[in-house]
Amino acid sequence: MRRRKAEERFFKVLMVLACIIVSSSLFLIVGTIVVKGLPYLTWDMVSKVPQGGFYIGKEGGVLNAIIGSLYLAGGATILSLLVSIPISIYLNLYLKRGSVVSKTAKLAYDVLFGIPSIVYGAFAFSIMIWLGVRASLLGGITAVTLLIIPIMVRTLDEVIAAVPKELKHAALSLGATRWEAAKVILRQIRPGIYTAVLLAFGRGIGDVASVLFTAGFSDNIPLYIDEPAATLPLAIFFQLSSPIPEVQGRAYASALILTAIILVVVIVSHIVAARQSKNNV
Amino acid sequence: MDIRLIKDKLVANAMLILTIISVSVVVALGLGLYLRAEPLLATHDIWRLFTDSHWAPSKGQFGFYPFIMGTLWVTVIAISLALPLCLLTSIYLAEYAHAAIRRLLIPLVNVLAGIPPVIYGVWGIFFVVPFVQNYLAPRFSDSSSGYTVLTGGVVLAVMIFPILVSIVSEVLRTIPKELKDASLSLGATKWETIKKVTLKRAFPGIFAAVVLAISRAFGETVAVLMVCGNIPVAPDSVFDGGYPLPALIANNFGEMMSIPLYDAALMFAALLLFIIIFVFNLVSRLILNRIEHRYA
Repeated sequence: MRRRKAEERFFKVLMVLACIIVSSSLFLIVGTIVVKGLPYLTWDMVSKVPQGGFYIGKEGGVLNAIIGSLYLAGGATILSLLVSIPISIYLNLYLKRGSVVSKTAKLAYDVLFGIPSIVYGAFAFSIMIWLGVRASLLGGITAVTLLIIPIMVRTLDEVIAAVPKELKHAALSLGATRWEAAKVILRQIRPGIYTAVLLAFGRGIGDVASVLFTAGFSDNIPLYIDEPAATLPLAIFFQLSSPIPEVQGRAYASALILTAIILVVVIVSHIVAARQSKNNV
Repeated sequence: MDIRLIKDKLVANAMLILTIISVSVVVALGLGLYLRAEPLLATHDIWRLFTDSHWAPSKGQFGFYPFIMGTLWVTVIAISLALPLCLLTSIYLAEYAHAAIRRLLIPLVNVLAGIPPVIYGVWGIFFVVPFVQNYLAPRFSDSSSGYTVLTGGVVLAVMIFPILVSIVSEVLRTIPKELKDASLSLGATKWETIKKVTLKRAFPGIFAAVVLAISRAFGETVAVLMVCGNIPVAPDSVFDGGYPLPALIANNFGEMMSIPLYDAALMFAALLLFIIIFVFNLVSRLILNRIEHRYA
């Protein structure tokens, strides 16, 4: 008996250690970024576009990349929301639970969710060559939209599934059509939609591989959708490969800016989710 | 007919079309990549593509062997580091931990899933690379730049923590309490119950989580590219540099148009990734769906 107890104690210690390692990795990552990036973070970094000689260490900032990323992730989020809401309503409210179409479609989105962003990037790039579109904000938005539609659909699917069935039944029994019942449900899941939007936005703003060939890069803030746009992850990637210390330092600062944006998105989505679970008693 | 009913029908059909279009992206991805890779497959023997280790696009030599090996090394290292850690963490969270600890830890791990790949890459360069270069490598081999498949594996391991922990702890929670109670009442300790009852019962789910994590590791591009050296030679040890398939695509996209068949070769790499990840995802999702239905 003592040996059996000892074994349990041994594994319990291992488990606690594993927990500590797994949960501390987040602090390790964020900590490294903050320590490295903070000394280089200046007001110029977030308020100026690259000036002449920026890439050999002269004046300027990464405002072009920050705005580019916001445009890109914002555009893709709006587009994918317009596609995902009808799809998830159709799958959950129009089709019967367990119908072949809805099962197949959900499986397809699960699989699409797992496809890496480099494959989406390569695919979108092929389409762009085919259509004769050059690397631009439009190309980037297309690639990122493809990437985040599965995230959006899966999240909305869960949210709609959590709405009590009685709500739909009550609406239908009062003579509402399925579309009118869907509008009632949509009002109910509004906080869930915010969560899905934040999740998709966070993924979209941080992804590199999908925008590497599709969005291009530019020192200017894009004014039209057919202009190339810089993105924050790509700016980090490029600056990091520079041999000049000042430029590398800017890469650390840009990484800190990106991390800050992501953490804000995550925290806001947690607050929204917490509020939502309070409403659905 | 009532205008409201017509509207309902119209909306239904529009939604159906939208659903069909977006689902057919799966088919379009595979087909599109295949068509673009076709010129390479038409002129090269597919078996040679996999086993040849000469990569010289300008001479028309496309051997994917080093890149496939690079991907395998990095993935195997990542899984063998992450799986024990995540299994222990999930067991602790599901069976031992106080609810408050669970509520604190699960969101923390999920935040990890939201951190962008570039940030992982930057962390890898500043934390993992020097660690491997200064502490680990000198003990086992003569010298290493720190940009190795081991470094890539460590960074990837942290990236797949969220998938493993969230799915495995979810699966462990579906194990019926009666089974555990029966084992406990027969005199087994809690750990014995976990080892012999819970884990055995949870095996399909854990398997599915691992397959999902592998496919995630396969496709991860930028974070790995930044830390694993990008040397187009199949690695011999964990302290050698490697060159995974996704990194190959990302690094060479700019120049692929100038050399014949180069773009077809890169699209072939993307197709390869797509097929492997498609199959892996399909298998693990089917297993997970079955588990979910059994306990729903």
